[in-house]
Amino acid sequence: MAPTQAGTMPEAPDTVPEFPMPRDARCPFDPPPALKALQEEAPLTKVRLWDGSEPWLVTRYADQRALLGDPRVSADTDSPGYPTKASPEGGEGKLSFIMMDDPEHARLRRMVTAPFAIKRVEAMRPAVQRIVDSLIDDMLAGPQPVDLVEAFALPLPSLVICELLGVPYADHEFFQENTKTMVRRTATPEQRGAAVREVAGYLAGVIGKRIAEPQDDLLSSIAGRVTAGELTHQEATEMALLLLIAGHETTANMIALGTLALLQNPDQLALLRDTDDPKLVSSAVEELLRYLHITHLGRRRAVTEDIEIGGQVIKAGDGIIMVNEIGNRDAEVFPDPDRLDLRRDARRHVAFGFGVHQCLGQPLARMELQVVYGTLYRRIPTLKAACAIEDVKFKNDAFVYGVHELPVAW
Amino acid sequence: MKVELEADKCVASGQCVLAAMEVFDQDDDGIAILLDEQVADGQLDDVREAIAVCPAAAIRLVEQ
Ligand code: HEM
Ligand code: SF4
Repeated sequence: MAPTQAGTMPEAPDTVPEFPMPRDARCPFDPPPALKALQEEAPLTKVRLWDGSEPWLVTRYADQRALLGDPRVSADTDSPGYPTKASPEGGEGKLSFIMMDDPEHARLRRMVTAPFAIKRVEAMRPAVQRIVDSLIDDMLAGPQPVDLVEAFALPLPSLVICELLGVPYADHEFFQENTKTMVRRTATPEQRGAAVREVAGYLAGVIGKRIAEPQDDLLSSIAGRVTAGELTHQEATEMALLLLIAGHETTANMIALGTLALLQNPDQLALLRDTDDPKLVSSAVEELLRYLHITHLGRRRAVTEDIEIGGQVIKAGDGIIMVNEIGNRDAEVFPDPDRLDLRRDARRHVAFGFGVHQCLGQPLARMELQVVYGTLYRRIPTLKAACAIEDVKFKNDAFVYGVHELPVAW
Repeated sequence: MKVELEADKCVASGQCVLAAMEVFDQDDDGIAILLDEQVADGQLDDVREAIAVCPAAAIRLVEQ
């Protein structure tokens, strides 16, 4: 986003850096160089946002985890001091429990934790493998080059969410078309808004049907909460929409950006292409999550009571932004942090955040990425980018980092 | 060593199960449960990893 110049009045020497900062175009997989400098020199510092507000930027891993785990921080966008995102994509709106605090957050989150349990997610692996294989079959049967984002990275999480929520097969096409519009760069804000409303209306309809006739799926279990009087129909719909939105573009970007990062690191790609060791694949997933850290606008919170950290008092009403992408490059935790090394133990990364809001979908995201990284390069061993890296359009101004498209051939 | 789990803090991230499958499991709602609160020496590293990755600070090791 273009940071707005806050007037031309001569002010005291301005040392407050603007956030977000630009990346170095030559290093599209690395966080902005200014973040690294701050992490080394001023790990807790004020920055200026698009709206002129000045929250704290927290750049060290240990401080980020401490603050995200602290009950005196609020994820409610209405809390005083909450650092709002400039919204190139037309308003973030309130989206169920991701923007609530405990105890209400915990009450709602626990209604939908069951299908994300490790064993339940494992049971979905064969279905995900089938979806991945059939998307690859279609790509191989079609013309080259093909856009990996459109043909593979976006449809996969959309179909998996259908599977999880219990969206009938007949509606998959409708679902996929609209979920793609929600993230397509060329879509206008109006088109995006319309697609979100289409999907929300659709989900509300299915929840209505499941209230009348429950089945064995997540939408039915959410519908059951409505019947039990624990949720309104509207809250139930928002929850279903959160599950869809939170898991869609994130997973898709990890697939496409991850593939590009691997193509740029052929020795690392070769490790995946030549292995059937699930341990190595799982370690690769953790390392790519750490290294790419796609949720690049930081975890944002408002402080509700004074908190002392690193000799500094952060006051109630201050905003804080934990930039986990630079936390994941903290050399105190990850030696030689800027190297992509699929064999390292990266499990302590904060790519899924930390604290009570840590990603609910992480077991599913991990499994999907394991299937993808463990299948795509083995089935298409000659996969290559069909454009120069200089021509790839990165999602610098989007909520979630990634590539807009990735033409590939083989 | 003994491991303690505060189930009301658990946010069902599943991280402890991934780190130490012999020690942790999840109930039907995804909330962590202990398979065995006694930690064998060979499991200590895995349990320490689980403690490190638990986002909700719900796990502790205690001396007996
Ligand atoms: C690689 C893919 C993914 C990444 C990188 C990712 C990242 C994140 C992050 C960083 C948060 C924390 C937000 C915060 O603290 O403010 C989060 C929360 C969340 N994620 Fe994910 N996510 C991914 C996939 C998924 C999937 C597949 C789903 C569900 C199907 C999902 C559902 C959620 C939900 C519901 C929350 C809110 C949790 C809460 O507020 O308690 N995510 N995710
Ligand atoms: S790691 Fe912590 S929050 Fe996650 S399931 Fe285990 S106890 Fe619960």
